[in-house]
Amino acid sequence: MIHSLFLINCSGDIFLEKHWKSVVSQSVCDYFFEAQEKAADVENVPPVISTPHHYLISIYRDKLFFVSVIQTEVPPLFVIEFLHRVADTFQDYFGECSEAAIKDNVVIVYELLEEMLDNGFPLATESNILKELIKPPTILRSVVNSITGSSNVGDTLPTGQLSNIPWRRAGVKYTNNEAYFDVVEEIDAIIDKSGSTVFAEIQGVIDACIKLSGMPDLSLSFMNPRLLDDVSFHPCIRFKRWESERILSFIPPDGNFRLISYRVSSQNLVAIPVYVKHSISFKENSSCGRFDITIGPKQNMGKTIEGITVTVHMPKVVLNMNLTTTQGSYTFDPVTKVLTWDVGKITPQKLPSLKGLVNLQSGAPKPEENPSLNIQFKIQQLAISGLKVNRLDMYGEKYKPFKGVKYVTKAGKFQVRT
Amino acid sequence: MSAAPAYSEDKGGSAGPGEPEYGHDPASGGIFSSDYKRHDDLKEMLDTNKDSLKLEAMKRIVAMIARGKNASDLFPAVVKNVACKNIEVKKLVYVYLVRYAEEQQDLALLSISTFQRGLKDPNQLIRASALRVLSSIRVPIIVPIMMLAIKEAASDMSPYVRKTAAHAIPKLYSLDSDQKDQLIEVIEKLLADKTTLVAGSVVMAFEEVCPERIDLIHKNYRKLCNLLIDVEEWGQVVIISMLTRYARTQFLSPTQNESLLEENAEKAFYGSEEDEAKGAGSEETAAAALPARKPYIMDPDHRLLLRNTKPLLQSRSAAVVMAVAQLYFHLAPKAEVGVIAKALVRLLRSHSEVQYVVLQNVATMSIKRRGMFEPYLKSFYIRSTDPTQIKILKLEVLTNLANETNIPTVLREFQTYIRSMDKDFVAATIQAIGRCATNIGRVRDTCLNGLVQLLSNRDELVVAESVVVIKKLLQMQPAQHGEIIKHLAKLTDNIQVPMARASILWLIGEYCEHVPRIAPDVLRKMAKSFTAEEDIVKLQVINLAAKLYLTNSKQTKLLTQYVLSLAKYDQNYDIRDRARFTRQLIVPSEQGGALSRHAKKLFLAPKPAPVLESSFKDRDHFQLGSLSHLLNAKATGYQELPDWPEEAPDPSVRNVEVPEWTKCSNREKRKEKEKPFYSDSEGESGPTESADSDPESESESDSKSSSESGSGESSSESDNEDQDEDEEKGRGSESEQSEEDGKRKTKKKVPEGKGEASSSDEDSDSSSSTSESEMTSESEEEQLEPASWRRKTPPSSKRAPATKEISLLDLEDFTPPSVQPVSPPAIVSTSLAADLEGLTLTDSTLVPSLLSPVSRVGRQELLHRVAGEGLVVDYTFSRQPFSGDPHMVSVHIHFSNSSDTPIKGLHVGTPKLPAGISIQEFPEIESLAPGESATAVMGINFCDSTQAANFQLCTQTRQFYVSIQPPVGELMAPVFMSENEFKKEQGKLMGMNEITEKLMLPDTCRSDHVVVQKVTATANLGRVPCGTSDEYRFAGRTLTSGSLVLLTLDARQAGAAQLTVNSEKMVIGTMLVKDVIQALTQ
Repeated sequence: MIHSLFLINCSGDIFLEKHWKSVVSQSVCDYFFEAQEKAADVENVPPVISTPHHYLISIYRDKLFFVSVIQTEVPPLFVIEFLHRVADTFQDYFGECSEAAIKDNVVIVYELLEEMLDNGFPLATESNILKELIKPPTILRSVVNSITGSSNVGDTLPTGQLSNIPWRRAGVKYTNNEAYFDVVEEIDAIIDKSGSTVFAEIQGVIDACIKLSGMPDLSLSFMNPRLLDDVSFHPCIRFKRWESERILSFIPPDGNFRLISYRVSSQNLVAIPVYVKHSISFKENSSCGRFDITIGPKQNMGKTIEGITVTVHMPKVVLNMNLTTTQGSYTFDPVTKVLTWDVGKITPQKLPSLKGLVNLQSGAPKPEENPSLNIQFKIQQLAISGLKVNRLDMYGEKYKPFKGVKYVTKAGKFQVRT
Repeated sequence: MSAAPAYSEDKGGSAGPGEPEYGHDPASGGIFSSDYKRHDDLKEMLDTNKDSLKLEAMKRIVAMIARGKNASDLFPAVVKNVACKNIEVKKLVYVYLVRYAEEQQDLALLSISTFQRGLKDPNQLIRASALRVLSSIRVPIIVPIMMLAIKEAASDMSPYVRKTAAHAIPKLYSLDSDQKDQLIEVIEKLLADKTTLVAGSVVMAFEEVCPERIDLIHKNYRKLCNLLIDVEEWGQVVIISMLTRYARTQFLSPTQNESLLEENAEKAFYGSEEDEAKGAGSEETAAAALPARKPYIMDPDHRLLLRNTKPLLQSRSAAVVMAVAQLYFHLAPKAEVGVIAKALVRLLRSHSEVQYVVLQNVATMSIKRRGMFEPYLKSFYIRSTDPTQIKILKLEVLTNLANETNIPTVLREFQTYIRSMDKDFVAATIQAIGRCATNIGRVRDTCLNGLVQLLSNRDELVVAESVVVIKKLLQMQPAQHGEIIKHLAKLTDNIQVPMARASILWLIGEYCEHVPRIAPDVLRKMAKSFTAEEDIVKLQVINLAAKLYLTNSKQTKLLTQYVLSLAKYDQNYDIRDRARFTRQLIVPSEQGGALSRHAKKLFLAPKPAPVLESSFKDRDHFQLGSLSHLLNAKATGYQELPDWPEEAPDPSVRNVEVPEWTKCSNREKRKEKEKPFYSDSEGESGPTESADSDPESESESDSKSSSESGSGESSSESDNEDQDEDEEKGRGSESEQSEEDGKRKTKKKVPEGKGEASSSDEDSDSSSSTSESEMTSESEEEQLEPASWRRKTPPSSKRAPATKEISLLDLEDFTPPSVQPVSPPAIVSTSLAADLEGLTLTDSTLVPSLLSPVSRVGRQELLHRVAGEGLVVDYTFSRQPFSGDPHMVSVHIHFSNSSDTPIKGLHVGTPKLPAGISIQEFPEIESLAPGESATAVMGINFCDSTQAANFQLCTQTRQFYVSIQPPVGELMAPVFMSENEFKKEQGKLMGMNEITEKLMLPDTCRSDHVVVQKVTATANLGRVPCGTSDEYRFAGRTLTSGSLVLLTLDARQAGAAQLTVNSEKMVIGTMLVKDVIQALTQ
């Protein structure tokens, strides 16, 4: 299936290659570079490129291209999903998935890639299994290893690989048994010029951090499970139980993982926590324009909205912006034409605003379109859909775990058209 | 451990000074001298006895390989360390070997003996890794050794080693394809493996080595379907895509007689629901109809595949979701394909690469099945931050989804897109508008006007694109648009984009009679600038000149001749040719050529309007989700998706020998067995399930009818009976049959003997009614149904022991000797007893006409096999009043023991219940032998809330915490009332107590039967008679407080409907509305 993998950085250097079958020459990447050049923008490089003898399937993650070489028919999503899994694993092992981290840990990377694919077919991709096979690097371990001469490669069969629950390693032991859940909801919305909602929906995830000894069997129930319109599960969740009782019942992997992701459909009314008043205008035949935006809270359910950032991709003819802000700070990058306004918290008493003049390239026609505003914000202690965890029960182990749930609402792809 | 700091320290110590810096120059191959030097010291390090030095050296070598630098000259030094004790060194040596063995085959052979030894190691990890490396070394000489090793590993104890063997198969095959036959044998063997670990890998091997040997799958088909959910994600993808192909060769198309099906839609619906529910009844109908019309009947195996893959739509892996989606698209009946839309839309939140692939597939699907994605239209709205390639794909989908009703919204969206800064995207939007205009006649003028406005856009690309699209639109109805053409003519002065200019010229030429004054002037201008034009424009100028010459030769004769002379000396030979050709045609020569007389006909013939259609049309002949589909070209190794067969191949090939089945899954069998009893349409299997009145049940009913109603019946099926029965045996469904028998027997046991008579009536009735329309037999059945429920009740006092004996006897009497039951009769009797228990109660307390025995919520899991350490507990809501306390919901609990030790003393431990909820425990079950199952009835008073009842299930040794949460529809019991009473009561429950909701009924549920059946399946309500035809009323009381729950469904035009629930219990009302709507619209 997957023949080879090349990691390429932004400047076009191939800094790692791995082959699972016969060696494929680096020159195959030339087709990729060609496509990259044609696309102009990294985001627009087609994920699948056909070359005379191979197919290249690539992903772009954290400023790196993962380019895989395929020779025969294979579902493209299979490869894309796998490449993302590789990137996730790097992230998990090294804390970041960057060129520097990969170069520093090239041996571990190689060992990981060796275990993850066999002859191009995925072998062990669960992080719990991989961590049993190859220990992630820590400062402590590297010190210990250099003294005792022990290695960071496990020499036993990863127990998970054999059992019915391949995602959990056996013999987990903790002194403090804890189970934390983060309910994170993101509001995806498109707000039109007049302030009415064109499209809004809530995308949520429940991320878990579980540090429990033994083989705990957890069941998590919600006060209002019917809210969840469409759910995707970590493989550990018993599907039948959810179907019948709307309870998440599972034997968790050890450590951090995404338990479910869900969608609250757009049929339900989605509360939009902020509103934006804007007036952006460019005058005909003059080299300046006005820019004025004010942001305010709306339906915030009694919580403060914080971490507000407004990002605007200004038209190309904009040369510079002279703005004043009542709160926070702004930056304008004249090269990429991106205006970023870091607002912070909103207090209803004094609404933050940003206004001033826009300098345009003289002589150029005025821009057709007003730029749309991308807004980021965060509300702690609130799941905007109203989803509430009812209780968490643990079976199969004797001890009393420490449990916690945290709710956060964020803006996802939140866009205001102007 | 981070390698970099470690080795940089070591560098000083071990490698000595003067070591060149190699870390940062990937292309340093040029400096040969330093290369040698470096490798020398690595060799030295490898030759020492110290593991730490070896490790260091290996790490550096691996780092070189990773950078793509050549380290092959170290081969001899490295290969010596293949037997090194240090496991990390060993692993790195393996990495090196696999990389370079192909280049240094002779030296690589030195390592083989180590691996051969490893293959015999007691540790499975070592065996597996030895096989892995051995098979990865691409050295042809060792093919026989590999073959031997694979064969041995395929029968290894450890499933992990077997998995590795499966992985090794394609490696060997690619090395030496002559081994195919032997490898197929191994594959065949591994396909029979029952562990989930092996399944994915071996199917992968199958796909690479022998995808054409579909016959190998037959015997494993059902097993693969059943294992699927537990296989790891990658395996799931491969298996699903293989099974899609398999199903295309083995089953009939579910859409083959669409028209027939449509006609029978209702019947099919019903049929399925009921045959799940009742086991016997409706199959007769189906069977009866068979000879007459031969309606489509889904193979149960086909259904099994659809049912078992459906939960995977909720996988976290995009690849799995896509695989299931394509399976449904290619295999499912039309009515069921819709379920995949939601999951696919979910993937749009994922990484942009995933979006790209998913959108491509959605685009293809949305052409064929537009309705499926319509509810999700807004999810395809475009954000300015989307990458262009995603924008264009979303646009494609939006265009495909546009129809009469949603076009205003879509066009409004398009309007915002036109002002985007991304010009490629704007151009695509304009084309999309053009396509909408062609597809939807109503908006053609609106679109055209919009496009004309765009002509004054400042951006030339936008204008050009608009011109091209307008040209295409005008071609469809040129008469009214003289104005637009004039407007376009003016544009020739400004527009420079050749394609746009050419389009305008063509338009003017084609419709010159609409603009008789302007046309010659345009030609004049064009003649002036002719030499400076692009080639396509020049061609159109000639074209225009010719057309004008023909219609208005007086004004344009000279101009035309001028243009033609210019063209005669053009550099481009196409233009020269065209000019010469045109001149001959239009200018009458002395001889008065025959052609020139027809020139007008030639040039001004009415031309068919171009069809604007999606580039994704017809892409679905490629299997969706495949690379070939994405590229719209056949990729190497693509397996064509076969067409459905005309005649279904023999389904019995998938039968597996009995013993294997019994071993395989007790649980499954039990489930199957009890199905006809508990009328659970099994959660996952949607309402359309009904379409598969499977041959199994058919034959069952056959045999039943023939055996019961004496012998005289000469039904057309009776010929097949023997064969069918054999088949049944193969599937291990004897237990089913034996139970059938048991049931029959109990029927007979009814003292009055009335049951017997009437049931045989029923049988003969339905079998003779072949010609009768489905509807009648349907309703007949409905009426019969409750009656038979009543009938079945034996005297309750001696039920259990009596039935047991009798069923034993009965089995011997009735089943042909070949069909010996495998399952111990005890199982039959226990579950039967429990069932009868329920039945007795029915008799005493319920008005039969109100009974709606079908609960939508089928069997649900209470305790999973893993959590219960072998004890599996499921429950169903039986919808029969609980004997002890009328306020309680009766819950049937099914235990089965899948462990290998008996489970003793099953009882309910101290329940911890929320206030108000109480439980009536079931009598303790003393012992449950391995493989046995039992059923008990318990009552729960939920206190009219959907709070879960949590309690402990205790065995002698263990306690399990379990909880039962009732769907709101189960908290009530039907009541009987007249229409007037209903209205009176409804009048009392207005205002706050009334909840009203509008909904759209999908096409599939607009008939009376479907609606009634869906409502009653969702909630335990009784139907209230009603005067008007499109209103449905249902009434019930909540169990605990006895508050009335009144439900009215008012169906209006074209599927619009309004649902009203009146109840004092507002919470229950709200939830009920939600549930019912979900059931109706799903």
